[in-house]
Amino acid sequence: MNHIAPGARAGIYHYDEIDRRFVGERVEQFRRQVERRLSGELTEEEFKPIRLMNGLYLQLHAYMLRIAVPYGVMSAVQLRKLAEIGRTYDKGYGHFTTRQNLQYNWIKLEDTPAILNALADVDMHALQTSGNCVRNVTTDQFVGAAKDEVVDGRVYAEILRQWTSLHPEFTYLPRKFKIAISGAASDRAAVRVHDVGLLARRNEAGEAGFTFYVGGGLGRSPFIGKLVREWVAEEDFVAYLEAILRVYNQYGRRDNIYKARIKILVHELGLEKFKAEVEEEFARLRGPKYRLDPAIVAEIRTHFAPPPFEDLPETSSALERAKAENPAFANWVAVNVAEHKAPGYAIATISLKPPGGIPGDASCDQMDVIADLAEQYSFGELRVSHVQNIVLAHVKQDELYALWQKLDAVNLGTANAGLIGDIIACPGLDYCALANARAIPLAQAISARFADPLRQRTIGELGIKISGCINACGHHHVAAIGILGVDKKGTEFYQITVGGDPTLTTAIGDILGPAVTEHEAVDAIEAIVEVYLANRTGESERFLDTLARVGHGPFKERIYAAD
Amino acid sequence: MPSPDGTLHAITANRLRDGVVVFLGAAGAWVESFADAALLTEAEATTALAAAKAQAERDQFGVDLYAFEVESENGAALPVKMRERIRTLGPSVRLDLGKQAAA
Amino acid sequence: MPLIENGRIGEDAWSFIPDGEPVPNDRPVIISFERWQAERASFDGRNAKLGVRLKGGTLAGAIAPDLDRFALVAVEFPKFRDGRGFSTARELRERYGYAGEIRAVGHVIPDQYQFLVRTGFTSVEAPEGTNPESWANALTEITIAFQPSIDDTQPLSLLRRKLGVAG
Repeated sequence: MNHIAPGARAGIYHYDEIDRRFVGERVEQFRRQVERRLSGELTEEEFKPIRLMNGLYLQLHAYMLRIAVPYGVMSAVQLRKLAEIGRTYDKGYGHFTTRQNLQYNWIKLEDTPAILNALADVDMHALQTSGNCVRNVTTDQFVGAAKDEVVDGRVYAEILRQWTSLHPEFTYLPRKFKIAISGAASDRAAVRVHDVGLLARRNEAGEAGFTFYVGGGLGRSPFIGKLVREWVAEEDFVAYLEAILRVYNQYGRRDNIYKARIKILVHELGLEKFKAEVEEEFARLRGPKYRLDPAIVAEIRTHFAPPPFEDLPETSSALERAKAENPAFANWVAVNVAEHKAPGYAIATISLKPPGGIPGDASCDQMDVIADLAEQYSFGELRVSHVQNIVLAHVKQDELYALWQKLDAVNLGTANAGLIGDIIACPGLDYCALANARAIPLAQAISARFADPLRQRTIGELGIKISGCINACGHHHVAAIGILGVDKKGTEFYQITVGGDPTLTTAIGDILGPAVTEHEAVDAIEAIVEVYLANRTGESERFLDTLARVGHGPFKERIYAAD
Repeated sequence: MPSPDGTLHAITANRLRDGVVVFLGAAGAWVESFADAALLTEAEATTALAAAKAQAERDQFGVDLYAFEVESENGAALPVKMRERIRTLGPSVRLDLGKQAAA
Repeated sequence: MPLIENGRIGEDAWSFIPDGEPVPNDRPVIISFERWQAERASFDGRNAKLGVRLKGGTLAGAIAPDLDRFALVAVEFPKFRDGRGFSTARELRERYGYAGEIRAVGHVIPDQYQFLVRTGFTSVEAPEGTNPESWANALTEITIAFQPSIDDTQPLSLLRRKLGVAG
C-alpha cells in the first residue's frame, strides 16, 4: 500500500496503523475470494453476498462498485483519488447517491481488488455498502457546521462504522439495515425513513443521548419509523443497538425477501411487543462489556475537531457588494448557501443538477475541480448530501464570490438547492438491473423545463424525487412530488404522488391518479406547479402547505380533466 | 431464422470476470454484439438456456443468464422490452458509452 | 463429513442419529431437538455423551432449560445466508452460560468461519471436498475486530481489538 495522508484538518476519521491494517487485510481477503470464485471453489450463490458486502453489484451493463463515504464526509485528497480511479478503471465519471456514497458503473470484477487497494491508499473502502448487513451510516450533510446543530453526528456515525465493521453476529441479517443520525434542530438526514433513525440530543445536564425511531423505510411497503425509546444515554448507545439488531436477527422474516426488513417485524409484532423484546435484551446487555466508555467517545471526537476558523465579523461587506453587482451570484447565495455556526463563514452547496443534466453524476474532471476548491476554500474537506449534491461546509463569506465564479466556469454553479430543479433520481433502467423504468431522462426533461432560475425561485421549496422501481432508491415516497416508474407490458409509465415529506414531520405521499407516459409526466408536473401557484395564499405558503389546505382535488382535476 | 409463430428469443448473460453483456451466438459461442445473437423459438430457447446455464457454471464464464423476447422490425431484430434494448446498446442518457459507442 | 476445529480438519467423535433410528448407548451421539422433546425420558440415566441439533428457526431459549444434559449443541444453517445461528450461539454462551461444544451444521462457507468462532462456535461440519486451506486462512486473514465478542480478544484501544490472541 502506498499510503497518502488524506488531509490533516478535514472532518474525517483519521486512520492509524491498526485501521489501515484492517482495511488492507480486507482487500487481500477479497482478492482471494475473487480468485476462489474464478476458480469455481465458490459458486455464484455463495460469492454474491461476499461481493455485495464489498460494494460490488452486477448491473445491466457491467459490475457497479459502490464506494463508502462514511457519513458523507471526505477530504479533497480522497476525492482526487476517486477521480483517478474513475479514469483508470471506469469511464471518467461517477455517480453520487442518496446514501451519500459514490458509484462507478463500468467495473470489471478482476480489477476490483486493485481498486480497493487504491482506495485503501487514502483510507477508503467499499465495505458494507451493500449486502444484508449494517450499511454505511448516514448523517446531516451540514454536520459540524450547521448553526442549528446540537450534537455532532459524525462522532457517533464513526463509532457505528467501526462497531458494525465485520460484526460477527450481524453480517448475515434477514435484509439490509440502514441507520441515519441527525444532531440538529432540522432533520436533513431523513431519519424516520431508516431502519433505525437516531436523533442525537442533549439533556438538561448537557449530556448527549439518543431518541430511537425503528422500522422506517421506503420500498414496496413504506413505513414511518416508530418511536421506540425517547432517551438512550450515550453510554448505552451500542448496547441498545446491539439489542435491536439481535431481536431483528432472530425474529426478522427470512421466508420472503419483501417482508424481511425490520419495518415488517415491528409492524407484525406490534410496537409494544417489539419494544418489550428489545428492552429485555437491553437489560441483559447493559453492562461493562457493551458500555460505550466516554473515553472512546472523547478519543473519536478529537478526529472531528473544528477546523481553525479565523475570527471574522458576523457578516461580510465583500459578499454584500458582490451580491449587489451580480444578480446571478446573489441568487446562488440565496438558494445554495446556508448559515454556519462560526461567524463570517457559510455552508455552500454545489449542485450536481444542472438543467438537463444527470442528477448526481460528476465527471472526474469536475471531481478534481471540486477537490481543488475544497482545498482552497473549505479546509480540504467536502460532503456528499443525500440529495446527491456536494457541500463545502466551511467557506468564508468573503470568498463565496470567488468560489462561485470558479464553480460556474465548470457548470457547477447551478442555483437550485432545494428547488424544483434539484431532483433526486435513482440510476433507473439506464443502469440498474432491478429497475422497471428509466428515471434519469424524466429528471432531465423536468429540470430542463424549469431551467429558468427566477421561475424556480418563484415556485420555491419543492422537491421532486424519481425512482425507477418500487425499491424506491429515489425516495419518491417522501417527495413533495414523487414519481415512480412502472413497467406496463414493456413500456415505461410513471405514477405521480404528492405530499411526501422526509423531515421530522414525515409523510408518505399519496398517489394522485393513473400512471402517465414520460411525455405526459413532464406536463403533469407543470400542471401541478401551475395549480399550486394559482392557489397559494402567498410566497410564504410552500407547496406542501397549499396541498394540505386545498387537497388533491384541484390538482387531479387539472391533470386528468382531459381524460 | 424466424420461427413459425413469429416470437423469437435470444439469450443473454454477464461475463463473470468483467461483467460485460454477452449473447448466445450460433453454435453455443458467446458473442458481445446483439447483431450476432442466435434468434431462437421459445422451445429452442428453453433448451439452449438450460444447456448454457450448466455450461456457464462449469466454465465459470457467465452469470445471470436469461432469455428475452425479440421482435422483427423492418427486417432487423429488436428486443421487445426496454430493459434489453438498453442492455444491447448502453445507457439511453449516455450515447457515448456502452455497446452503442463502439458501433 | 469433514469436521473443522481450530482451523484444521479433525476427527469427528460424534454421529447424528436420524429420528426413528435406535440411539446407541456406548458412544457420543447427536439427536434432533424434536426427538429430545418427544422422548426425553428415554435418555434418563444415559452415560455416553448426548448432543442436540437445533433447526435454523429454533432459538437458544427453547433448549436453555435442558442445556446441562448436552455436551454438544449443533446449530443448523439452512442456507449460509441465514444468519440466525450466529445469535443462537451467542445467546447460548452469553445468556445461558453454556460451556459445551457448539457446532455449526448445514450450509456454512469458510468465509463465515471467523464469525462462527467469534459468536461461540467450536466446530463446523463442512461439506465433502471442501478446501482445507480456505478454512485455515479464514481464521488468520483478518486480525483486527471492532467489537467485543465471545472469543478471547485483546483490546487494543477503545473499540478495537486484536484477534487470535489467547487470554
